[in-house]
Amino acid sequence: MSHLIELRDLYKIYAQGEEPVHALDGVSVSVDDGEFVAIMGASGSGKSTMLNILGCLDTPTSGSYLLDGIEVARRSRRELAQIRNRKLGFVFQNFNLLPRISAVEQVELPDLYMGRLSRSARRRRALELLDRVGLGGRATHKPSELSGGQQQRVAIARALMNEPPVLFADEPTGNLDTKASVEIMKLFTELSAEGITIVMVTHEDDIAAYAKRHLVMKDGKLVRDDRREAAQ
Amino acid sequence: MNFGMVFKVAILAIMRNKTRSLLTCIGIIVGIAAVISVLAIGKGASTMMVKEISSMGNNLMMVFPDRNRKGAVRSGMGAGETMTAGDAEAVKRELGHLVSGVSPAVNVSCQLIRDNRNWNCRVSGVSYDMPEIRNWNVAEGRFFEESEQRACARVCVIGTTVKANLFDEGEEAVGATIRMGAMPFKVVGVLAAKGANSWGQDQDDTVMAPYTTVGRVLQRSKFRSINMMNISLWSLDDNEEAKREVTALLRQRHNLADYQDDDFETRDTTEIMNTMGSVTGLMTVLLTAVAAISLLVGGIGIMNIMLVSVTERIKEIGLRMAIGATPACILWQFILEAVVLSTVGGAIGVALGVGAAKVIGEVNHWPIVIEFSSAVYSFLFSSFVGMFFGFYPAYRASKLNPIDCLRYE
Repeated sequence: MSHLIELRDLYKIYAQGEEPVHALDGVSVSVDDGEFVAIMGASGSGKSTMLNILGCLDTPTSGSYLLDGIEVARRSRRELAQIRNRKLGFVFQNFNLLPRISAVEQVELPDLYMGRLSRSARRRRALELLDRVGLGGRATHKPSELSGGQQQRVAIARALMNEPPVLFADEPTGNLDTKASVEIMKLFTELSAEGITIVMVTHEDDIAAYAKRHLVMKDGKLVRDDRREAAQ
Repeated sequence: MNFGMVFKVAILAIMRNKTRSLLTCIGIIVGIAAVISVLAIGKGASTMMVKEISSMGNNLMMVFPDRNRKGAVRSGMGAGETMTAGDAEAVKRELGHLVSGVSPAVNVSCQLIRDNRNWNCRVSGVSYDMPEIRNWNVAEGRFFEESEQRACARVCVIGTTVKANLFDEGEEAVGATIRMGAMPFKVVGVLAAKGANSWGQDQDDTVMAPYTTVGRVLQRSKFRSINMMNISLWSLDDNEEAKREVTALLRQRHNLADYQDDDFETRDTTEIMNTMGSVTGLMTVLLTAVAAISLLVGGIGIMNIMLVSVTERIKEIGLRMAIGATPACILWQFILEAVVLSTVGGAIGVALGVGAAKVIGEVNHWPIVIEFSSAVYSFLFSSFVGMFFGFYPAYRASKLNPIDCLRYE
């Protein structure tokens, strides 16, 4: 059977200065539907490059990347934007909410670029998602009126708006205190249990512990691939 | 792509920094306001000129005898003795299909005397249909009639200036008798006041009498020469044809051989209008240049602010790209923002320009004509300026790499 994500012999080479930098040096890995994966590694190990390519924000120098059975390694910027819109959800370390618009409008954004739902259906779904992440009563709040943990939950609701099969999270708890971090990771675990595939980059072991599979990177290479029972 | 959302984002971005947005618009506002107000004043002036010219007469065409020459001495226009009242009568008789009325004009300078007052002015011998030809009606009494013209009756119609100089205020002029030199004339009417013409000459300082009478008793010329004829055409469209036929007729009557030049000259109000038109045209060109420069400056202001805005909102651009905005979406978002800015500026400019024109017109007592089309064009042009100058910053934004944007600190 085909995997949800399948990387074959992926290279990303930055030609800066005299010595070309191999940010990804022949990575091959596959992720199945419903997995909760943590990508770990020291700074400069290539984990961010990996996530950028997985998230279709960047293209590899060579190699193949099949997402949901479709080759996405060499696509135009417009096509990549559409793939990100339909198939991927993003959660960032610094939340990346737009200033001055309300939580429910933040959540609606991805569908505005997709145009799948009517205005009322879009609003209904956004409110449901805010409810789902535990922010039912804060739909009209602007980012400046929400705590870090709440902002990150708005971002997660936004990532889920277009029902993507995969959720990418880049250090999702990096800007949060311990209590908020635990709440966010619990939310991820629940989403994973519902069948959403999650790929998360982190350098914190206790955060990675929530994932069921650890990919450890070093110098652009995948050096370890552990499948394990997640901590609860 | 959802247009409503793109529009909303643009409005939000503009509202976020109201002061800066307003300052950005000022170039456009001032440019458009200047164009609108100057156009309104210019159009008002040219409308007034056209009105004045058409008040000279109904589709008027004038024929003057050519400047004649006695040896080396050339006299002024209308002084030649080549055209006669008979010419005018012939034009009326034979060109009736083109010409609705013809009046010769025999001008004599004359001392007017009434009791112990006297006044010198020009007496014009004209035909009874002069009021129609020159669009000039009588205010009191009546104009002289065809029968009086045929009988060389000593009747006259006086202008208001003449009346003011020969009669007391409130005194009845109609029915009185005045002397022109030695000849008594009965005043049958007073012409409506017409004021000074565009050359500053007082048009009311005149007396009109039948040309037959003037030719016989005042002019004392055996030849019965006339100073000019006023021809009124049925329609201005026949202008060229009328000119041709009048010329042919007069050449024939004057026995001119083919090699001889015309001994008369025709003028019509279209020629004067054309001259005015070229002045107005020059003004339009100058205005367009001023408008183009001010809008160029305004447009560069908008471009400048849009470049700043793109840099400021680079994280927002990155996020929008990450969640699925295509480069085209980003491009349109920023173009639309520039267009909204410049269009709002254009709208304010139109309002300000109309207001300024009205105030200026009120203060200086100038006629103001605000054309709806010029407001619409300025408005549309300001949107175009926004699109043109907004394109480059928007294009830069659309070419940004989402990762760089998201990482930008």
